[in-house]
Amino acid sequence: MLIKKAQDLKYSDITPKGLYLNRRKFLAEAAIAGGALIAGRSLWNLISPSQRVLANTKLDVATKSPFSTKENQNSYKDATHYNNYYEFGSDKGDPARNSGNFRTSPWSVSVEGEIEKPRTFSIEEIMKLAPLEERIYRHRCVEAWSIVVPWIGFSFSALINEVKPTSKAKFVAFQTLYDKQQMPWARGTGIDFPYLEGLRLDEAMHPLTMLTVGMYGETLPNQNGAPVRLTIPWKYGFKSIKSLVKIRFVKSQPETAWNNSAPSEYGFYSNVNPNHDHPRWSQARERRLGEFLMRPTLMFNGYGDQVAGLYNGMDLNKNY
Amino acid sequence: MNAILSNKWMKIPVFLLCLMPAGLLVWAGFHDGLGANPVEFIQHSTGDWTLRFLIITLAVTPARKLFGLPALIRYRRMLGLFAFFYICLHFTTYIWLDQSFDLYGVWLDVAKRKYITVGFLGFVLMIPLAITSTRGWIRRLGGKRWQWLHRAIYVSAIAGVIHYAWLVKSDERKPLQYAVLVSILLLYRVVAWLLGRRQPATRGVAATEPTTAETA
Repeated sequence: MLIKKAQDLKYSDITPKGLYLNRRKFLAEAAIAGGALIAGRSLWNLISPSQRVLANTKLDVATKSPFSTKENQNSYKDATHYNNYYEFGSDKGDPARNSGNFRTSPWSVSVEGEIEKPRTFSIEEIMKLAPLEERIYRHRCVEAWSIVVPWIGFSFSALINEVKPTSKAKFVAFQTLYDKQQMPWARGTGIDFPYLEGLRLDEAMHPLTMLTVGMYGETLPNQNGAPVRLTIPWKYGFKSIKSLVKIRFVKSQPETAWNNSAPSEYGFYSNVNPNHDHPRWSQARERRLGEFLMRPTLMFNGYGDQVAGLYNGMDLNKNY
Repeated sequence: MNAILSNKWMKIPVFLLCLMPAGLLVWAGFHDGLGANPVEFIQHSTGDWTLRFLIITLAVTPARKLFGLPALIRYRRMLGLFAFFYICLHFTTYIWLDQSFDLYGVWLDVAKRKYITVGFLGFVLMIPLAITSTRGWIRRLGGKRWQWLHRAIYVSAIAGVIHYAWLVKSDERKPLQYAVLVSILLLYRVVAWLLGRRQPATRGVAATEPTTAETA
């Protein structure tokens, strides 16, 4: 009774269509558009709704990526109702429950630090940085569960190339939005906000590192990190930071949220590694959502062929 | 209230009520109600209900005294056995669904993982209590010894709370709620014992009915 089969339906068949389920947000957007109209500013928002990025909007995906796994995808429902997004609460169901009214439009991402062209990108600009690809990645949580998700986006390197890091840039620091009004559930969850993450520049440049704007054929749902997030498939899920507002190119290794909270448990690298246990639990196996028994965890989450070279000569038990 | 509690048929609805969490899990299992990670849902739910039944069982003695409901004692064994029932389910999901009955793996886990060690300790200590929960065993052991043995439930409750606190990633609020409840219930016993020592005329809670062994 508990064994769930892979979806026979395509996600496009079961996914709520477009704005239909997002009426409240649509109405809010319509009100904003109406307000703008009354103010005599512009008709553009009304006649060109595609200019605004809303959750559950269909995305045109030109290419299927060779990086995709052929493993069975998890269902849209699993991917959207079992989330870690502590700003909306620490229970797996909290993000789906609490993020419904999260405002993701307008949205901009500030890119700063050791780069030639510091600038702010609107979400609309980000979506045009490179052709959107669908990439079906394995996603392994540090809590020993995993999921297979068809993400939509492109290699983060497209943004890096746009801003041109200087020779001083060695790391990239990322920050999630923290708005106490919209995220009152964050307090008391035991980590500090805003949520911080980081990568070495070569990790950030790696083609697998993805700037993600959608999944399952649509823009990201709020609980999955709308409107833009990272997806780094060979690292534990918490490295794949959600709802990005700031990207800083820096000289030295930046602070990261989970490392700040428990340095012995969550390292800066946090590569998926079945041979390096979390101090409190084993990382040798994982439970794929929808499966009954646990399966072995693969080194670098199975992406070793592509990424192992990044860590040549490093002791991964020390640099966990 | 005492009269209702003393009614011999009342044990049946209480029994069914205690069985409800397990029943709801089964029902949810057949109706896609266990979420994206059903195994984890069952593990967390049975763990939660073990702690809750341990706390309810520990609350019987204080409730009898504070609310003047001595008849509550009739339900304590059942409540304690339900705590044991839920921890058995909890432990079964662990050795089956997490460890696939690899007993060596279980042993390594128990030895290596602090939170599993302490949870396992709490479980093992409950086994003799479940076995000796019958009238025959109270008689065989004698009230005083039986009472001493069954104080192991204090250790199990503490172990259960620590087990929970050590496994959460960072949000300690829920384990803290259990910790507060267990602390209050154990503190009650310490106070009752101290008062009993100071005023021999109004003997302490644990010693008021020494012959029945029903008030540990």
